[in-house]
Amino acid sequence: MSFQIGIGGFIAVYIFMVTAFAGWVIIGRVPAILHTPLMSGSNFVHGIVVVGGIFTLLNASTPLEQAIGFVAVLLGAGNVAGGFAVTQRMLAMFQTSAHPAKHAKHAKHAAHAAVKSISPKKG
Amino acid sequence: MLITISQLIIGSIDLIAAFLLMFGLWRMASPVTAPSGIMVAGVGMLAAVVASFLYIFTVDAAAKPHLPLNIGLAAAALIIGAGVAWWSGRKVAITAMPQAVALFNGMGGGAAGAIAAVELFGSQTHGATALIVTLLGALIGSISLSGSIVAWAKLDALLKKPLNVPGLQIFNGLVLLACLLVGAYIVFAAVGGAAPLVTMPHLIEIFFGIALVYGILMTLPIGGADMPVVISVYNAFTGLAVGLEGFVLQNPALMIAGMLVGAAGLLLTLLMARAMNRSVAKILFASFGPGKKRKQGAIKGSLKPVQASDAGIVMRYAKSVIIVPGYGLAVSQGQGKLYDFVKLLQAAGVSVKFAIHPVAGRMPGQMDVLLAEAGVPYDLIVQLADVNEEFKDADVALVIGANDVVNPEARTDKTSPIYGMPILNADQAKKCYVVKRGDGKGYAGIVNPLFYADDTFMVYGDAAAVCVSMTEAVRGLGAPAAAA
Repeated sequence: MSFQIGIGGFIAVYIFMVTAFAGWVIIGRVPAILHTPLMSGSNFVHGIVVVGGIFTLLNASTPLEQAIGFVAVLLGAGNVAGGFAVTQRMLAMFQTSAHPAKHAKHAKHAAHAAVKSISPKKG
Repeated sequence: MLITISQLIIGSIDLIAAFLLMFGLWRMASPVTAPSGIMVAGVGMLAAVVASFLYIFTVDAAAKPHLPLNIGLAAAALIIGAGVAWWSGRKVAITAMPQAVALFNGMGGGAAGAIAAVELFGSQTHGATALIVTLLGALIGSISLSGSIVAWAKLDALLKKPLNVPGLQIFNGLVLLACLLVGAYIVFAAVGGAAPLVTMPHLIEIFFGIALVYGILMTLPIGGADMPVVISVYNAFTGLAVGLEGFVLQNPALMIAGMLVGAAGLLLTLLMARAMNRSVAKILFASFGPGKKRKQGAIKGSLKPVQASDAGIVMRYAKSVIIVPGYGLAVSQGQGKLYDFVKLLQAAGVSVKFAIHPVAGRMPGQMDVLLAEAGVPYDLIVQLADVNEEFKDADVALVIGANDVVNPEARTDKTSPIYGMPILNADQAKKCYVVKRGDGKGYAGIVNPLFYADDTFMVYGDAAAVCVSMTEAVRGLGAPAAAA
């Protein structure tokens, strides 16, 4: 029994089509207020390229391949870690009047917010 | 047996990882669920990275002797790359977020390009389809790498002026054409059997070289205010490149994650372009600004400067205030001071809202993040379509460091470069205060008639400093604010 994955030309096109559609639908739901975290979040998601980099580097058999493979993993790892760090940081900042910030750094803002920050009714 | 088991494990974990990445993005639909969404995606990513080390059981015979070294290299690259990026991602100022995203995005493009380079230099691609896809991924990844670096330099103000050379677009077109021709030649020579890939390392180098140069040339003429679109285009590019290399490596997780981001980037790009009422092609391939001289109709009225303290006191006694923040607020890092002022107003019973234009700032949604950092609850932050009707009932519109997004010319003057762009109706408020550093024009290089309107008053100064003066003035009034 083999679990080797084989994706022929047309299957690939089908995968791309369905995924592109899914991506369009998923991203279409995201409100404008979250567009920056969304962008850095999707930036983080394509960091999965690091997996391809590791595969390539492990299969490298010449110094040139090893060098370029090393660069691939290095850049991919940077993409993943950096993308995650900034996205997580930004999302932790979003808060409603009802829920004060969880982010430690903003505890003092949260304290202020707790005093009076319920959006007043339209005057 | 070992091979079969490791294939099974990698396959299953990648499947789960692909699901978690999609599910994580799905949870980004609301600020309430979004923080857990990125965690979900993070777990998926971590699992996929750890599982990828099982590839050691499936390596080619040729790579077997190098395996210990390769494992060491992979671990070192992971630790160094992730460590440095994590550290800088934690350190970077929220106002510098667009630069950071551009840089991390470029890294992803570079990684995809490097994978393609290994495949090409090592002659590991067989057949026309695989070769074409590899080259395409290499091209897009390389453009994304060098383009993102230029975008980063522009956003970081290392590069100040957009490059405006006549004929540059035609030259760029020729460069791209040259790159495609080299790529086509490589495919024909390799597939036709005239020359195997190993015999053409220099052609491959030239291919990568031209692709990288094209990325630089393509980004140089684009101005700072168009960067939201550029970043989102390169995000889509990197996603696409990753997806294509995923096909070459026969890894469906890469294909799915890459294409997901490709679609996301495309959608965001179109949203941005629509918010500016310009086509994506025009933004990328036609620099606008001082190129064409245009006669602007005579503007009635005059600029009426007032003191920050007076503006602050007027707002203190207003019923409702709508604030329009722009890039100037980010530059002066005044978001925290602005919110201090807003809290004073709220304590005095003033209704305050923030109105956000889709292209305010240097990245879609940058203003939202900036305000969130200052601690502004997101229910006070309202987007253009939801807030525009409320300006006419508002006592005061406070425009801070924004210009073109409140230029009424966009509604009326057909000859204006920004004609047709949806704008925030700050001019309809009973009174309008504009905080600005000087009399300079906006990015589009046009005079804003709003500033000359009868009910508009100019407050000159750095946004952060102005917020401090306004806060002090209102505090000086004493009682009502202090009581709350």
